Amino acid sequence: MSSSFARFGNELYTGKRSYDFVGTKKIWFLIAAVLMAVSILLPVAKGGFNLGIEFRGGSEFTVSNVKTTDASLGEKAVHDVVPGAVPRVANVAGDTMRIQTDKLSDDETLRIKEGLTSAYGVTDNEVTSTFIGPTWGQDVTRQALIGLVVFVGLAAVLMALYFRTWKMSVSALVGMVVTMLITAGVYSASDFEVTPSAIIGFLTVLSYSLYDTVVVFDKIRENTADIGTSTRRTFSGEVNLAVNQTLVRSINTMMVAVLPVAAILFIGAGLLGAGTLRDLSLALFVGILIGTAATIFIAAPLYAWLRQGEPELVKQARKVASRHSAGNASDGEPVTA
Amino acid sequence: MARTGRKNPARRVLIWLVAIFAALTAVLGGGVIAGQASWAPKLALDLEGGTQMILAPKVEGTSEINEDQLNQAVAIIRQRVDGSGVAEAEISTQSGRNVVVSLPGTPSKETRALIQASADMNFRPVIAATDGAPVPPESRTKDANLPKPTAKPKDASDINWVTADVYKAFEALDCVNPAQDKQERSDPTKPLVTCEPATDVSPAIKYILGPVEVKGQDITSSSFGPVQGAQGSVTNDWAVNITFNESATKTFRAVTERLNQFYLASQSQGGNDPKAQFAIVLDDQVISAPRSLAVITDGRPQITGNFTEESAKALADQLRYGALPISFDIQSEEQISATLGGEQLRLGLLAGVIGLLLVVVYSLFQYRALGFVTIASLVVAGGLTYLAIAILGWTENYRLSLAGVAGLIVAIGQTADSFIVYFERIRDELREGKGLVSAVENGWKRAKRTVLASKAVNLLAALVLYFVAVGNVRGFAFTLGLTALADLLVVFMFTHPTLQLLARTKFFGEGHRFSGLDPERLGAVPLYRGAGRLRTPTEKPAVVRPRNTGAVAEAERRMTIAERRLAEKQGELSGTSNGSGTSAGSKEGK
Repeated sequence: MSSSFARFGNELYTGKRSYDFVGTKKIWFLIAAVLMAVSILLPVAKGGFNLGIEFRGGSEFTVSNVKTTDASLGEKAVHDVVPGAVPRVANVAGDTMRIQTDKLSDDETLRIKEGLTSAYGVTDNEVTSTFIGPTWGQDVTRQALIGLVVFVGLAAVLMALYFRTWKMSVSALVGMVVTMLITAGVYSASDFEVTPSAIIGFLTVLSYSLYDTVVVFDKIRENTADIGTSTRRTFSGEVNLAVNQTLVRSINTMMVAVLPVAAILFIGAGLLGAGTLRDLSLALFVGILIGTAATIFIAAPLYAWLRQGEPELVKQARKVASRHSAGNASDGEPVTA
Repeated sequence: MARTGRKNPARRVLIWLVAIFAALTAVLGGGVIAGQASWAPKLALDLEGGTQMILAPKVEGTSEINEDQLNQAVAIIRQRVDGSGVAEAEISTQSGRNVVVSLPGTPSKETRALIQASADMNFRPVIAATDGAPVPPESRTKDANLPKPTAKPKDASDINWVTADVYKAFEALDCVNPAQDKQERSDPTKPLVTCEPATDVSPAIKYILGPVEVKGQDITSSSFGPVQGAQGSVTNDWAVNITFNESATKTFRAVTERLNQFYLASQSQGGNDPKAQFAIVLDDQVISAPRSLAVITDGRPQITGNFTEESAKALADQLRYGALPISFDIQSEEQISATLGGEQLRLGLLAGVIGLLLVVVYSLFQYRALGFVTIASLVVAGGLTYLAIAILGWTENYRLSLAGVAGLIVAIGQTADSFIVYFERIRDELREGKGLVSAVENGWKRAKRTVLASKAVNLLAALVLYFVAVGNVRGFAFTLGLTALADLLVVFMFTHPTLQLLARTKFFGEGHRFSGLDPERLGAVPLYRGAGRLRTPTEKPAVVRPRNTGAVAEAERRMTIAERRLAEKQGELSGTSNGSGTSAGSKEGK
């Protein structure tokens, strides 16, 4: 299996096996557009994201090591103190219960805490209570948005300087936007709560998406460095070859990055329940998969498309075409510049 | 010759890495021995359990505090908490009424006092003062002898403020072991019986104070600095300077005119009449009670005497915050359950271990023996990160939160990517037909660029997030940035030198089929194909060059698809199966 994967890598490297990512770009762009449209429409149709308590504000109790996971006990404990309240009681994982209510006074909180302690048969220090005003989540979001804008701006400049072309920056950023939108769409579809932890996850996806694109683009830069003097392949062909040559790296990196995240996701969702780990890792899990795909299917073909109209590259493409029609590729001696 | 020439730098780099490790360990070990640091990283609120305080703003009278004032209060508390060196303190407002402060661990008495001391400040004249111990019940003044005011008090210093009740409270008050339960905020129009708590340099004192004469919010600014001597020379004494606003300037002038009379009158006894003092009262406790040595006409009093730089700064800060017309009480203070914190930590670590194992299995599966280099590199990176976190926990009070742990786990993948990029480049070079030693060198030259460029993106993200974001996001960004740095260090100082050395071993150098660098498996075209066939000129692999001449020549040397297909076909015809051919052609210098 491993050896066949290595052979797969060999064939991709030499060009024996080649996936035409660039040539079929219209299909990928269309798919991306559809997915993005769905990602935008879905939250709208659902009436917004499922915002966590950090954004809504309210009181939250977490009871660890409960004897029973009967949700009605928690509801009763709340109703005994605040008859009109609408508590959300959930068995978030294993033997942990979470009870969320609207804002409570300190006195109500203490009484509900006592009620929960006796209802679930736990000791005092196994009940955690938190109250969150609605400004905390907004604080985090606003700062995250500022961070996003600053980072994207700086990263665009950095990439443009490193690659010496703004077209790579633009392609990478478009790939990133596609990744972010679709990740947000999946997040909305999953109905997970949007918490500050999820926001952290999104910001990391942002960084991962660009990171992954830079690695692939660096190979493209390398392959197309001598494009003006080579008639072996067209510019788009070289881009496609670079993507194919780095395909094994992309797959390996994606796997290695996604495996620990998957571990967090399943530990977080399965054993710990809602919380930092789960919210963070879902965004990352989806984002890494989409981000890797977006580099291959969107960013690289887009870059080829942005550049192929340049007069020099058009001329080069014509040379390549005439060479291919005049001779044949089979006796293609390396052409020296 | 060439071999030892290249082998030694690799060794030297590895020795440097060991030196860095030893230095970091020594720093941390020194801290531990000195009793300041600990081997375990410090943990944040959500992992350790911790304290959450809800502060209720108290406003005199009935006036509601508006959002601006509350935000101002949050900003001040945030500044105070951050200034006290507590990491990941989360300060938020609750329902537009309360301020919530979450602190990791159990906050020290100083931190707590600092937060709580947000300032209901005012100035009251002293009517009586004595040392802080309570008068024993048997020797207290008999009811018949208690003071009975004969007239309405004519000013704030008037002895007629002292009623029988006030005097009884004054005698009973214990300032040496003050009671913990906080009373209602005092009435500014009535006299106040209160303490000045003991400090390092002065014992506790208790006071009877007159009504409030100047309010804290009338302070426009306060500062501290060395006292100017007669000729403008700087002395060793420190002073606190206050500037009042216009209306308070007039009031304060009247107050000091009155108090200064007491001072002048008692000068024959050393000017010790307590009535000459005015007390600066913060949250109903006296923080300082200077004597009025002169009449202050310009609203800029200077307080001197017994200040160190530190205590002068503390008082100046308290006075500045006193300008805020809100004060706080800690209304509820609770421990986040350590059970939940411990549980989160345990599962976070479990997730990390599972994630790491998956990466290990995948690496070994994909890269065979080379996978061990990945694992060793991850271990080294992990060790560096751990040392950095433990040292920063000691020096910068950095605390690892659950988000930080998540950052570390996510970093496993991103760190391993550097090795993947590098290994794939080496494999590419091998596919070109290069020997392992030169493949490692050439692959490294090209991988280095990619790794640097991509890590720059990661570092940029971490930096921006760290400086822009608040609370939990910062902890996450910090670990992400830290691991990116550790990754760079490891790739340059461990992975590459290790591969340089390994390339010279028989196992890797000859491309053992489990080495992960088997040229045969990688489809390199060997010189000798068995069955008596030598390779044909068209299959000629690239000439092994001592230096990489760059991508330009590289692209030209590549075989076309057709060439490759031809080679394959010939390989099949010659009956050589994939695993049996020797790889003699790919060995360098043999």
